[in-house]
Amino acid sequence: MVKITFITSDEEKIVLEGTTGSVMELAVEHNVKGIDGNCGGVCSCATCHVHVRPEDMLKTGAASEIETDMLELDDNADEYSRLCCQIEISDSIDGVVLKVAK
Amino acid sequence: MQNSELPDPFEKAREASGIGYLNDQNDPVKMLLRHKDVRKTAHDYKTFQSAAIPGRIVIPSEVNIRKTRQIPFELDPPIHGLYRALVEPWFKRPLQEDYTAELNQQITSLVDATLEKDSVEIINDFALVLQSRALTLLLNIPFEEAETWISWGTHVFRSEDSDLDADKANILYDYIDVQIEKAIRTPGEDLYSMLLASEVHGKKLTKEEVKGVMVLTFAGGRDTVINAITNAIAYLAEHQDSLERFRKEPEIIGKAVEEMIRYFSPLTQMGRIVTEDTQVCEHAMKADSRVSLCWASANRDSAVFENPNEIIIDRKVNPHVGFGFSHHNCLGATHARQIMRILLSTLAEKVASIEVFDFKENIEDLQDFQRKVGYDFLYAKLNPLTK
Repeated sequence: MVKITFITSDEEKIVLEGTTGSVMELAVEHNVKGIDGNCGGVCSCATCHVHVRPEDMLKTGAASEIETDMLELDDNADEYSRLCCQIEISDSIDGVVLKVAK
Repeated sequence: MQNSELPDPFEKAREASGIGYLNDQNDPVKMLLRHKDVRKTAHDYKTFQSAAIPGRIVIPSEVNIRKTRQIPFELDPPIHGLYRALVEPWFKRPLQEDYTAELNQQITSLVDATLEKDSVEIINDFALVLQSRALTLLLNIPFEEAETWISWGTHVFRSEDSDLDADKANILYDYIDVQIEKAIRTPGEDLYSMLLASEVHGKKLTKEEVKGVMVLTFAGGRDTVINAITNAIAYLAEHQDSLERFRKEPEIIGKAVEEMIRYFSPLTQMGRIVTEDTQVCEHAMKADSRVSLCWASANRDSAVFENPNEIIIDRKVNPHVGFGFSHHNCLGATHARQIMRILLSTLAEKVASIEVFDFKENIEDLQDFQRKVGYDFLYAKLNPLTK
């Protein structure tokens, strides 16, 4: 099991465990506030925006070009921004902390 | 070419200059055709506004047929955000389990009834019926009301003879006025009543504002949903293998819906009014002129999509703008996505193949561009899956 921590905009800390699929799917399944995943994970809606804890960026990797294009127009985006539908759950991301974007 | 294909008429212009031109009732429009320009412009509400004279951002323009401002659609931030926040939770109800269950039941019974028939005209006897019935859920009103809307025919504003039909628009406006009065007399759990009880800046919504939301809800989700459903049926008639894949890999249905929305682009374009002299893609834009965000062209931009003219049923990364982009992205998208997801899974569960007998394409005339958006009629038969 891979452990992922979400911190919502009301500072609620939610720790979830998953094995497969995307981080967005895990969050939607557990009703993490602020992660809507409207498009089902094809990178078209930007409703799964998170800020990765800086020290976890090596684990998640940086945003892909398509994510960057989506996020470019988001005023809340920064260098730690990812669309979490594009982060696959695997052992390599165990323990990451993701702050749900406003 | 397969019958279900929707060719891309914008490719040459998109690649050559990125701009198309359209003279719409002497209020010309510069059409933005590239994905990047469309997204950037949609996001820049200060330079490209929606809160113009009601009807002017719509193409063809509706300034001569309506005075009611559609809300939140014809507002700009920050005021737009207040109205959007008010209606957003209501329009997310399609994610609730009971809503999905009822929608599933509606679609199942319609597909079952259709399977019994030797020939069905898909637009009037399937797509319009499905769309109208599903709308009773979105409005949270009795199922029987769908009969009234079905009797209006497929176009709320448009008729066969002309793009804009004031008589048809009046049917809708008069109907909504009556429903608002009814909800004032006897408030219920429906969208009218919710809106009438709502406040913005401490003030109750006016009847005109409630009407603005309702007109948007009726008009925005009619032709678009009908075209999406009909195009999906036409596609599946020629791609029986996709039905088979949905049966074996139901997890791809969500991706299939997004891909269909990209490829079909049920709404070709939406306009904005330029607030100051500016440039897009090295083309000068004059203050008070119109531009359009051509979603249909952006969704075929080969700079973004590999094999843009093919439906890749499980396309994994798909940043399409079929539901628009940024502040004004489609309010009804959650409802539309649920309709399409349930429709595809129900068809996969019950239908082995679809035969099309006869059809007439519906071609949108954009002067320099002729775009197929769907069909005027499509006669088909659904063949049952025998287990």
